[in-house]
Amino acid sequence: MNVEPANTAPLLEVRDLVKHFDISGGLLEQLTLQGGRMVRRRTLVRAINGVSLTIQPGETLSVVGESGCGKSTLARAVMGLYQPTAGQVRYGGERIDNLDSRAMMPFRRKMQMVFQDPYASLNPRMTVRQILEEPLRFHHPGHTEAEVRDKVAEVMRQVGVRPGWADNYPHEFSGGQRQRISIARALMVDPAFVVADEPIAALDVSIQAQILNLLMDAQDQRGLTYLFISHDLSVVRHISTRVAVMYLGCLCELAPADPLFEAPLHPYTQALLSAIPRLGGKASGHIRLTGDVPTPINLPPGCVFHGRCRQAAQRCREEVPALREHAPGRFVACHAVEEGRI
Amino acid sequence: MKIQPQDATATPRLLEVADLTVKFALRKGTLPAVSGVSFNLGPGERLGLVGESGAGKSVTGFAILNLIAKPGFIESGQVLFEGRNLTALPEDKLREVRGDRISMIFQDPMMTLNPVLTVGTQMIETLKAHRDISDKQAEAIALEKLRKVYIPSPEKRLAQYPHEFSGGMRQRIVIAIALLTNPALIIADEPTTALDVTIQAEIMDLLLELCRTENMGLILITHDLAVVSQVTQKIAVMYAGRIIEMGLTQEIISNPLHPYTQGLIRALPQSGSGRGARLEQIPGIMPSLYNIPKGCAFNPRCPKKCAICSDETPALLSRGSGSLVACHCV
Repeated sequence: MNVEPANTAPLLEVRDLVKHFDISGGLLEQLTLQGGRMVRRRTLVRAINGVSLTIQPGETLSVVGESGCGKSTLARAVMGLYQPTAGQVRYGGERIDNLDSRAMMPFRRKMQMVFQDPYASLNPRMTVRQILEEPLRFHHPGHTEAEVRDKVAEVMRQVGVRPGWADNYPHEFSGGQRQRISIARALMVDPAFVVADEPIAALDVSIQAQILNLLMDAQDQRGLTYLFISHDLSVVRHISTRVAVMYLGCLCELAPADPLFEAPLHPYTQALLSAIPRLGGKASGHIRLTGDVPTPINLPPGCVFHGRCRQAAQRCREEVPALREHAPGRFVACHAVEEGRI
Repeated sequence: MKIQPQDATATPRLLEVADLTVKFALRKGTLPAVSGVSFNLGPGERLGLVGESGAGKSVTGFAILNLIAKPGFIESGQVLFEGRNLTALPEDKLREVRGDRISMIFQDPMMTLNPVLTVGTQMIETLKAHRDISDKQAEAIALEKLRKVYIPSPEKRLAQYPHEFSGGMRQRIVIAIALLTNPALIIADEPTTALDVTIQAEIMDLLLELCRTENMGLILITHDLAVVSQVTQKIAVMYAGRIIEMGLTQEIISNPLHPYTQGLIRALPQSGSGRGARLEQIPGIMPSLYNIPKGCAFNPRCPKKCAICSDETPALLSRGSGSLVACHCV
């Protein structure tokens, strides 16, 4: 399980990924008056601004950050659900972000996704059997009825849902059971890479542990590679080999989980980790950030965090910091760390 | 069910909930959402009501204010607050308590603020509903409360609409509105669940500070044990409509007695447990209220189940350590 990063070829690579959404609307909505003249103005949400990272086979890379930091957009761009504005996504060394849907097919078999809300991601008018059979029949049209039936039963057993319930509908299951079914759907085509976008956020505490155990077991049995998106930092620490911290569409820090949680380098990571509520801890023990998260529509110049950072200097307000390797395997994008100020 | 926590007997009571039972009369049957819940709160005391969805914690919060709407009804029990029984008070008298002596804060600040009124209008409206004062006086109080929750440039902010605030700022506004009438008790129902972790930490700081400076009581309803453990002095853990364990926060966190509380605490990933180690999980799911198991509601999921558990509902009793536990096996 302990794959040393950088020794093997990455399974997935994201290079300088940029994703902007145009929310300017129709032509009339774009027109504004400026100094007596009609000007056409576009409004862009800069969701991801130049993110690069690699995922090694067998590892769990988690992306953490607060709402609006671009972590879900990153997951969807990796899966090819969003067309990147710029940059590349490579799977097993091959570029996949520019493929059409037919050329993408073989990759879809290897890459699957589990979504946050098991109430919204399962079709309410399909039985569990139909839900699970669909990806298998689509990707393996040659399978016989018996093979399909056996596979459904096998995967259902593996995720802990009794195969006898296959003819029931999603509403007849609890939230935790539904999330097991979503995971089963992702596992039906025997993928190598699974993106899990907040898979436990909608579940109760006692059920969260069940689903996390299931995800870890599936990884052990099948050698899966995970891209795990979450805002729950204690869960992330528990399951990840490496952690990427995002803020306003930029990567602040990328490091193996334990060193990151023990000694975070980036001022934002420090504030974020100090805010994790701990059993029996003190409420006022966290680093106070001043101000609010700026909107990704008006990105601040320089380092995106400088407005709330106590270490911010003139350079931070002007120059975007690059993600540099500070120690082996530990990447951080911060002028203050680079200059040795912190 | 008349057992009181030992620490509560020393202080005068602000709130006394006794044997509260709330049911919902639905076509399929009558659901017991809250069954025989009793607890006390002293002035300025902070209690956490913890449980998973469907445990009855929010219904308990609403029932304290007698805010249970049809098909729900309070079947039995008393809510004594500052000497009055709120379950028996007529509607016009209840208004002197609701939003005045007891304020409530909800999960989603976007849903609780009126989107078409400015923050100032909403604050002044609230105050004037409870106090016989002029707009000018009301505005002065509103400004004072906005400063208390650390809203920068409050004069400017009064004229703005809720959508012009961020999520954390909106929740601060909601807290400021709750403070307008100087309540003796705040009921906060999942006040930070919709917020990010850094914002959550700030809001919890603020609530804690206000409870201390204003000597306000707090009932914090949440599913997050870690948050509760940082803010409250007492915790009551609910399961399927009943309190199954109650005691001092420190005691419950470090020495949980009920198997369900133990399971909840162990299911949380702890730092230092090692990457990839299996988490201790509670098997099964919370029972549906249509179908609460006979005896102890937790018995089908309980690792320590014995014969009596499926027959007899355990009473919430003191077990010597200071906590009250409803379990046959402790």
